[in-house]
Amino acid sequence: MTLRGLLERHGGWMESGPAEGPVVSSRVRLARNLRETTFPRWASKEVRNRVWNEVVSAFDQFEESEAFLRWRMDELDSLERELLFERHLISGELAERKEGSGVFVSEDECRAVMVNEEDHIRLQYLQPGLSLQEALTAAEALDDALEQNLSYAFSSKLGYLTACPSNLGTGMRASVMLHLPGLVLTEEVKPVINAVSKIGLAVRGLWGEGSEAAGHMFQISNQITLGKTESEIIEHLEQIVLEVIEHEKNARQRLMDDQEIKVHDHIGRAYGVLANAALMSSGEALDLLSAIRLGVDIGLLPDMKRRDIDQLFIRIHPAHLQKEANATLSAEERDIKRAQLIRCFLEGK
Amino acid sequence: MKCDLCEQEAVVHMTQVVNGEMKEYHLCEEHAREQGVDIDSPISITDILMGLGQQEKQNVTHDLTLSCPRCGMARDEFRKTGRLGCPDCYKTFMAELAAAVKAMHHSSQHIGKIPAREGTQTRIKSKIARLQQDLETAVAREDYEKAAHIRDEVKRLQNEAASEEGSS
Repeated sequence: MTLRGLLERHGGWMESGPAEGPVVSSRVRLARNLRETTFPRWASKEVRNRVWNEVVSAFDQFEESEAFLRWRMDELDSLERELLFERHLISGELAERKEGSGVFVSEDECRAVMVNEEDHIRLQYLQPGLSLQEALTAAEALDDALEQNLSYAFSSKLGYLTACPSNLGTGMRASVMLHLPGLVLTEEVKPVINAVSKIGLAVRGLWGEGSEAAGHMFQISNQITLGKTESEIIEHLEQIVLEVIEHEKNARQRLMDDQEIKVHDHIGRAYGVLANAALMSSGEALDLLSAIRLGVDIGLLPDMKRRDIDQLFIRIHPAHLQKEANATLSAEERDIKRAQLIRCFLEGK
Repeated sequence: MKCDLCEQEAVVHMTQVVNGEMKEYHLCEEHAREQGVDIDSPISITDILMGLGQQEKQNVTHDLTLSCPRCGMARDEFRKTGRLGCPDCYKTFMAELAAAVKAMHHSSQHIGKIPAREGTQTRIKSKIARLQQDLETAVAREDYEKAAHIRDEVKRLQNEAASEEGSS
């Protein structure tokens, strides 16, 4: 399948599981490096190319390798790289890299292996809903399969050796994407984020480090990677995520008890604008879609499916709009196209 | 109080559990150093329980020209970016990295997954590391009986590791 094929399936990894309540998706990412080999940032082109070839041959010996699509970053144009980034299949850092860097993506898009990003290998398992344990099992299975043909840099004291000491040990970053409009609307999100940050977890926006909480989306992940087992890290994260979900549910309940008419008004207005606007920036679209998503959750929009809204959260981004239009679009043209896409979706629901 | 080994004033006071019995030691600075106690760094009770002289000594180097023999990354470069050049840099820069790693993770010992390719030695070492954490917990709870039991298990594993090394 080509990148174009990837685009035509709107769902991607979102089609692979349940999506309910405030949880959007769960992800487990493992960082691995090859023994006695310079890390990508410090390595020469020759070394990076050698690493790429080693990973390719490890993949080729792996039974399910045919189920993976592969792209080298230097064969993709900037729009295609951005498309993979918008789908959460590669990081912003990999999108900037060229020779020797690339990505392997499974057909269902749940599994992705970045080569020569900050570390030689960063593999991820991404799935809708709260399914951290499943994601860990799947990520480790892929890790085991690759390891059969690759020799990882490992120390019995420091665990998997990574380019940045913040990833040492398990090399694992587990995260859950949450949609928290209830806490945002009741202005309780800040204290919740502060409390979560104080117990060794990181809270970021939709696009990771530095991104604002666009569309009321928050990503909670572990920071500590050394001195705990993978399962202990996952259990701790899951326990905290469940508490945040409980807070979000309580906030939604309070909003419905105290200000039901205002909540209906908020969602109804968002629907009205999305159904009629001719120009729509991505920031505005994310905020309004957040209201629609809340409307679906509380049963106000019974004809709509949560998964379709979650897909729109990805399809309204610039590279997706331009790939769908098959043209390079200016900012204004993108706003027109985005408004059109959402109107079509609401009319044809 | 005087040093157990000479007439000097004792500056290091320790309690050691041997065969379930607690023993106290008092040492002057010179004799403490001789026994392998690093007076400049705080000693954990676990190190003491494990027996003197077994703690890893860290030679903190301040060599500005230090660079990694494998990838050539210089100490300055590493300090500027906070990123290492290659897996071997961890050996080269361990002296200055140790404190940062500990501050970041509140631990300096991996207890998670081990690559399937690693041998029995690594697995035993990992088991020992896990037990040492349990030992610290037992000491913190003042459960010295359990602590001594764990210590014996650690010693057994250390012997196993040594004989494994000898046979391979």
